[in-house]
Amino acid sequence: MDGAGVRRFGLGSIPWIGAILLWYAVRWSGFVNLSLIPAPHQVAAKFFELLTKEGLLIDIFASTRRVFFGVALGILVAVPVGFLLGWYRPARTFADPMINFFRALPPIALIPLVIVYFGVDEVAKLVILVYASFFSGVIVMYEGVSQITPLYIRVAQTLGANQAEIFRKVIIPLTVPHILTALRVALGVAWATLVASELIAAQRGLGAMIQNASTYFLLDVIYVGIICIGLIALIMDMILRKITARLLVWQDRAIA
Amino acid sequence: MTKRAQFDNVSLSFETPKGRLNVVEDVSYDINDGDFIAVIGPSGCGKTTMMSMLAGFQKPTTGNVLFDGRPVAGPGPERGVIFQEYGVFPWLTVKQNIAFGLTLSANRVAAGERDAICDHYLGLMGLSDFASSYPKHLSGGMRQRLAIARAYAVKPQFLLMDEPFGALDAQTRSNMQNLLLKVLETEGKTVMLITHSVEEAIYLASRIVVVTARPARIREIIDVPFAYPRDESIQERPEFGELRSYIRQLVMDEYRAQQAQMRPASFSE
Ligand SMILES: Nc1ncnc2c1ncn2[C@@H]1O[C@H](COP(=O)(O)OP(=O)(O)OP(=O)(O)O)[C@@H](O)[C@H]1O
Ligand SMILES: [Mg+2]
Repeated sequence: MDGAGVRRFGLGSIPWIGAILLWYAVRWSGFVNLSLIPAPHQVAAKFFELLTKEGLLIDIFASTRRVFFGVALGILVAVPVGFLLGWYRPARTFADPMINFFRALPPIALIPLVIVYFGVDEVAKLVILVYASFFSGVIVMYEGVSQITPLYIRVAQTLGANQAEIFRKVIIPLTVPHILTALRVALGVAWATLVASELIAAQRGLGAMIQNASTYFLLDVIYVGIICIGLIALIMDMILRKITARLLVWQDRAIA
Repeated sequence: MTKRAQFDNVSLSFETPKGRLNVVEDVSYDINDGDFIAVIGPSGCGKTTMMSMLAGFQKPTTGNVLFDGRPVAGPGPERGVIFQEYGVFPWLTVKQNIAFGLTLSANRVAAGERDAICDHYLGLMGLSDFASSYPKHLSGGMRQRLAIARAYAVKPQFLLMDEPFGALDAQTRSNMQNLLLKVLETEGKTVMLITHSVEEAIYLASRIVVVTARPARIREIIDVPFAYPRDESIQERPEFGELRSYIRQLVMDEYRAQQAQMRPASFSE
């Protein structure tokens, strides 16, 4: 690691260290019942216990896979739909109210219906995640696409581009940034929805683990689950940001 | 002389939230093969709008805009356009921008030839050192030169240039003007150029169309009495100076009219 890298790493770890100190401080302050807040080292110990004895990795894998496929499928549909809505104004006037209606529904509220229609297995959980990813992604896509300026298309036309060439050489490059943003937003939303989706009789998964722990009041397990979700979401977002930086070197960004 | 482009009693108005806005009004003139038309007039009077009807982006409200005898139906590669806003593609490098037109099926050339053409224009426009940079690293003047190079590269017979040299310093500007004259000499193009510079109009054009404050009508069409090929020495000629003061006066009148119009709401219901 070079000097700047070390500094960035140091700068990035300060808030984490601060959070852990604050965590201890809250315990030491005496204002809260100690049994309600497990200490960081207790949570860490629990983490290793779950990891080695209870198959925490299986839960992580189950959840990550759900989120991954949920987002992938949701975005796969959101990209063309969002594109059409952004591109054709009439389509938007036509579909906008309905999209906003469905987007406003919290996925948790849909769980009873999903159970009725899709049962309680993997498909049901996927449906919830796809739903959440689709509606968050589609908004990002159509807002982005509707802001593409006609200037570049006009330039391409005066250079002789036909419809297919305009699509391939102008519209796609201009759409890629919005697809990547939609992916990032959907990933965030999907992790947030995960616990809800695993309310549906899941045996494994971080959300299921948290649910089960709450029935037995295992606060340390709940903390491990929450921290795992946060960390995995963070790692996925970092990977996506790296990919974005690669694909969009051309973009003029306020922050490097 | 064959007519390439014709404005035939052309008017255009926009529907705006505040009412109808007349932008071009009853404009008629012909652009013959080999002509170099310069359009000059106050800012916001409707010059870009006039050009965009010939480029194929806007339809006249009444009247006809013809190209090669047929009403303009849309844009096409035989009418190269250099946009006032440049429109360089930010996702492509400088060289890829220049190559863009040459990769299209309408004017595709072999990869080797494409490379040679790109290098040629990179050199002419002084952009060789930036061939693999993205436009975000270019200055405004460099972007403008890139837009010019990209339009020249596909060798359109008819060039529509909307203030193509506006962002350039005096020295680069005169280089670009001379380069354009040289390109015309060897490739025999027809040009419609919008400019705010009276000197540029006289130096480059065979005819100057002075347009009025909005809505743009034709104030006067002036033949420039200098033969091609031209060089900078014509700018020292007394006729050049006379013509310049004459046109300046016209433009100044229209500029004042436009200013007067700006103050009260200039929309008619
Ligand atoms: N699509 C549009 N809808 C409504 N009004 C428009 C539209 N395009 C242009 N206008 C108006 O038409 C007028 C003329 O615009 P235009 O761009 O043709 O001016 P211009 O002569 O090129 O000015 P400049 O020298 O500043 O480039 C302006 O008042 C502008 O606001
Ligand atoms: Mg203009």
